[in-house]
Amino acid sequence: MSDQILMKGNEAVGEAAIIAGCRHYFAYPITPQNEIPAYMAKRLPEVGGTFLQAESELAAINMVFGASAAGARAMTSSSSPGISLKQEGISYIAGAELPCVIVDMMRGGPGLGNIAGSQSDYFQATRGGGNGDYRVLVIAPASVQELADMTVKAFDLADHYSIPVMILGDGFLGQMSEPFTLPEPSGKTFDKPWALTGAKGRKPNIIASMRLTPEDLLEKHNLELQKTYQEIEANEVMYESYLLDDAEYVIVAYGTSARISRSAIGELRKEGIKVGLFRPLTLWPYPYKELKAVSDRAKKVLTVEMSLGQMVEDVRLAVQNDSKVDFYGRTGGMLPVSEEIIRKVRSYGG
Amino acid sequence: MEAKAADFKYVYDRPKSLVDVPTHYCPGCGHGIVHKILAEVIDELGIRDDTIVVAPVGCSVLLYNYIDVDGCEAAHGRAPAVATGLKRVHKDKVVISYQGDGDLLAIGTGEAIHAANRGENFTTIFMNNAIYGMTGGQMAPTTMENQVTKTTPYGRDTADVGFPIRGCELVNTLEAPVFIERCAVYDVKHVLKTKRAIKKGLQNQIEGKGYSFIEVLSMCPTNWGISPVKSAEWVKEVMEPYYKLGNFRDL
Ligand SMILES: Cc1ncc(C[n+]2csc(CCOP(=O)(O)OP(=O)(O)O)c2C)c(N)n1
Ligand code: SF4
Repeated sequence: MSDQILMKGNEAVGEAAIIAGCRHYFAYPITPQNEIPAYMAKRLPEVGGTFLQAESELAAINMVFGASAAGARAMTSSSSPGISLKQEGISYIAGAELPCVIVDMMRGGPGLGNIAGSQSDYFQATRGGGNGDYRVLVIAPASVQELADMTVKAFDLADHYSIPVMILGDGFLGQMSEPFTLPEPSGKTFDKPWALTGAKGRKPNIIASMRLTPEDLLEKHNLELQKTYQEIEANEVMYESYLLDDAEYVIVAYGTSARISRSAIGELRKEGIKVGLFRPLTLWPYPYKELKAVSDRAKKVLTVEMSLGQMVEDVRLAVQNDSKVDFYGRTGGMLPVSEEIIRKVRSYGG
Repeated sequence: MEAKAADFKYVYDRPKSLVDVPTHYCPGCGHGIVHKILAEVIDELGIRDDTIVVAPVGCSVLLYNYIDVDGCEAAHGRAPAVATGLKRVHKDKVVISYQGDGDLLAIGTGEAIHAANRGENFTTIFMNNAIYGMTGGQMAPTTMENQVTKTTPYGRDTADVGFPIRGCELVNTLEAPVFIERCAVYDVKHVLKTKRAIKKGLQNQIEGKGYSFIEVLSMCPTNWGISPVKSAEWVKEVMEPYYKLGNFRDL
């Protein structure tokens, strides 16, 4: 199965979801992720699954809520303004401890913004736009291969911890075609004794985020959620190091920004400048400890983003030395420019 | 003369599917009556093991604590979307979306109309009490003209906020639904009619016919600020002339 095939990032996410056993997908069209619903509309009926174009993102995420409550692997996808509408549902899903996968191919904002790729919804993804003390596990792939691999993994993580997992990409990544190898199914199975299947031979199951009674206090529930989150922070941090062993300068970037940073690093290395890349693959949980260790050995830490400075807040939390942290970002659907990154890093030596 | 147990015929018992706990509903509230009807119908159809209820946000948010079947929460207005997700996974289960008027005809109009329009094979019970019960008596989309509520202190002014929306008539403009009926629960005769309609709605689903919509004109004595008896009269005298009872569709 190691033959390479060519697909757009968005299509690769769709096929990977099917490989992961997802048979229920609900979404509302929005650019730049329209290839996902189109792919699912075609493929899901072939494998006996359900594709449903919802009347809105609100409806789509709540259909996911229902399908997940029923015990199925369910997914929705959208882009920034649509993800804003899904926040209510994501909060309820987190509160009700349901698993699901949400794909966000970010575009320029605020508001309708534009349809070019962007990373300006880092806050929305990692801090949550919904109400309450909850977390979403956020994975930020940087290639079509990684989009596919991480989509399969996202379903396992969602089921293992019973939480919403977000695949956070951007319009460039979603629409880029790259050869990749189809991932294998993980083979993992998960019991869902809580699922709503009809209460035959048992007491009724109830799926709810509401907690009203003294025996079932909301605070207690939230503390239990917190325990799950701590477990995730301890076990699920993912990141990639590139040329960091001797690095005096560290670039921190994820997704498309990381790809551009990587090529800038190639140029800088040719000049003999010791620079490397720290690429968080999970944005929550964030690799704070790992970045701290890397930055302690470095003179400067440059964060590169397609936003005006969102992830850089986590970088500051990790580095704990603001004078070391620098930032370069483009906004409104513009890509960071390799030459700009190069110029910045060169200037640190001078 | 002393009566012996054997002298009596057992004519009535609590429906098995109605959990034996006190409900949180106010005296004279319509929700309790319709819960009981629903439990009876579930018993009669023998579907306790196959039923999933979706509870709305509103006074009936704890519905799943009262009916002895699997239960699911839905965010305010989103019950039809949640029910869609459940039913698309479990095509062989009986899914019921129970909703208030604010839930179904204000915040959740989109979800309600589109689930009906797709002809989702589940059953909606729509409780129209012409007010927001849970939040303390604000105007609902179904609040009557000139009706005083917390947010229409001078009475509902239709020139300002429009006219009460008729749910059945709205759903009746769609092609897909197979059963649409408006009922009431202000007296025994109408309670029995409501029961027949709900039973039909569930039977349709079991037979795979498609979407059924049952609207129930209900009482909210607490927020109407009148007695339970007066509330029953108010449904009959004020609501019923505007919200005509009867069957709109039975395919
Ligand atoms: C998003 C959101 N907005 C507002 C509320 C507050 N709220 C709870 S119930 C309700 C209205 C319920 O009225 P209705 O649907 O008519 O049901 P009833 O309580 O009368 O049975 C409102 C506005 C909420 N819970 N969530
Ligand atoms: S406030 Fe109204 S709708 Fe709510 S329980 Fe009381 S009577 Fe029923």
